[in-house]
Amino acid sequence: MLTTDAIEVQLAGVPSRRRRERRIRGFFFAAAATSVVISVAIVASLAGEAWTFISNVDPGSLTEIGWYPRRGLFDISTLFAGTLTVAGIAMLVATPLGLGSAIYLSEYATARTRKVLKPALELLAGIPSVVLGFFALTFITPSLLRPIFGDQVVGFNMLAAGIGVGILTIPLVASVSEDALRAVPRSLREASYGLGATRMATSVRVVFPAAVSGVVASLIIAFSRAVGETMVVAIAAGATGGSLFGWNVFEPGQTMTAAMAALAIGSDQVRGDDYAFQSLFFLGLLLFAITLLLNVVSERFVRRVRQRY
Amino acid sequence: MNRAAIAAGPETVVRALTHHRRDVRGSLFTVALFACLLVGMAILATLLYTVISGSLPAWRDRSLTTFVTSQMSADPHVAGIWQAFYGSLTLMVFTALIAFPLGISAAVYLEEYAPDTRLTRLINANIRNLAGVPSIVYGLLGLAVFVKLLGGITGPEVEGRSVIAGGLTLGLLTLPIVIITTAESLRAVPNALREAAYGVGSTQWQVIRHHILPVGAPGIFTGTILSLGRAFGEAAPLLLVGGITTFFSVGDASFLEALRGRFSAMPVLVFSWSRLPQEEFRALTAALIVVMLVVLLLVNGTAIYLRNRFEKGA
Repeated sequence: MLTTDAIEVQLAGVPSRRRRERRIRGFFFAAAATSVVISVAIVASLAGEAWTFISNVDPGSLTEIGWYPRRGLFDISTLFAGTLTVAGIAMLVATPLGLGSAIYLSEYATARTRKVLKPALELLAGIPSVVLGFFALTFITPSLLRPIFGDQVVGFNMLAAGIGVGILTIPLVASVSEDALRAVPRSLREASYGLGATRMATSVRVVFPAAVSGVVASLIIAFSRAVGETMVVAIAAGATGGSLFGWNVFEPGQTMTAAMAALAIGSDQVRGDDYAFQSLFFLGLLLFAITLLLNVVSERFVRRVRQRY
Repeated sequence: MNRAAIAAGPETVVRALTHHRRDVRGSLFTVALFACLLVGMAILATLLYTVISGSLPAWRDRSLTTFVTSQMSADPHVAGIWQAFYGSLTLMVFTALIAFPLGISAAVYLEEYAPDTRLTRLINANIRNLAGVPSIVYGLLGLAVFVKLLGGITGPEVEGRSVIAGGLTLGLLTLPIVIITTAESLRAVPNALREAAYGVGSTQWQVIRHHILPVGAPGIFTGTILSLGRAFGEAAPLLLVGGITTFFSVGDASFLEALRGRFSAMPVLVFSWSRLPQEEFRALTAALIVVMLVVLLLVNGTAIYLRNRFEKGA
């Protein structure tokens, strides 16, 4: 006669087998926990040098006329202006094109056209950013901007860089928005058609408002991506040594990321005097904080869509 | 208006109900939306055309094989991309060796084992955030940890600016994407499969090994290989961990010694070449980009081929 305890022990299985299961589980847990270690390592490696920078650098040099790290001028607002300019232009390009593509793919395209157009957009998403930088430098500036705006366009300029970054983010806006639009239940569309609404009215007044938080999320993610994009700006916007404060989009400029790349070019130059090396980590920490904030906010928006449907 | 129609007689009503009014605004809207997509396609086409036509002068005095196998140089007439080509390939192998096992294991834990606790939610949120961290920040991580801190191990003779440091950095950069895509494919495995396997007395590991992973394999393969393609195009983190942009010699170092030596990569070379003033380098950069795009096409093509093959078998 077996007691219930004995049955439980039997059902639990062979001890050696259970030990092995625990070991395997532990291994998988360790792999998952690595991601947390990476985050901690990122913050730790950034914070240390950033602190050295901020506690040693002359506060006056943080508001000087421009960003010239090797000369000890660290005006952060110069880089903020550049970053906002480039990311702003990028959003002007990516928002209409991305959203238009998303609405077409989700509301208008037949299954067959979708099957052709969607992979084509994904192809655009797979283009490396250095390639877009080269494209901005050798096509957008000379063949697109010069004919329109004339000779005021400098060879390296922020407008071309912004357009390049914008092209890079079109697929992102399109795919995240499309997901949000497609998540809107069919019943809403059918109700709208039942009331006699046209396809345009249904898309614009019913489906779009229902998906608006997902669309906003896609724009925030795209903005975050534009802020963090390095190579397009580093190649097409010039200004490797440093830059003066300015909003002129036809002239060279630097974003936070491009300034970091510029500091890193040439393997031995990163350890200049006057805390140029440490400024790299200070910028990195700022960038990390900004993109983290944007990503958290966009996540909130995405969750709102999921909750409703 | 309706009352007016009724007053006008039944024919008017019939016409109002049956005849299509021309919806000009609606058609314009449709055209505008389609134009948005077309602009995207046109950009892609222009980009490919610019790059390919721009590379033509470079092919006039060299073949693809001489271009790929020649050493990097400051002289545009003899410059090749060998170190960068070889460097990119070794970096990819490194990235795959780090990101694939670690990423797939992490995804298995999160999808199959993890209880719904605070810790699990923290890990999940953390991974999504890591995926959104700009690549250049990973470069700083690599610079601080693999180059400065562990430089003595990763590359004692090159101040840590070694293949190992670059590969580890790219591996960490790719890890969150691998975890996310793998977790997605695991989630798509039907629950009935798990229940059936448990029902015949499998342990959790047996369920995962014999049922979940094989069924999820096509999605995992595709996702991981596509993420490798993304790592292949990254230049920013490599600039920070010391990707070489000019000539350097590997000499006759063995493969393992070379891992602790200097490195270059194709995207890094695109960056430095596109900034050179000589006109000849324009064509060379375009040619280099053509090689890069061909490699990318091969990588992504493999991913799609694997997906189709496995899906047919399933």
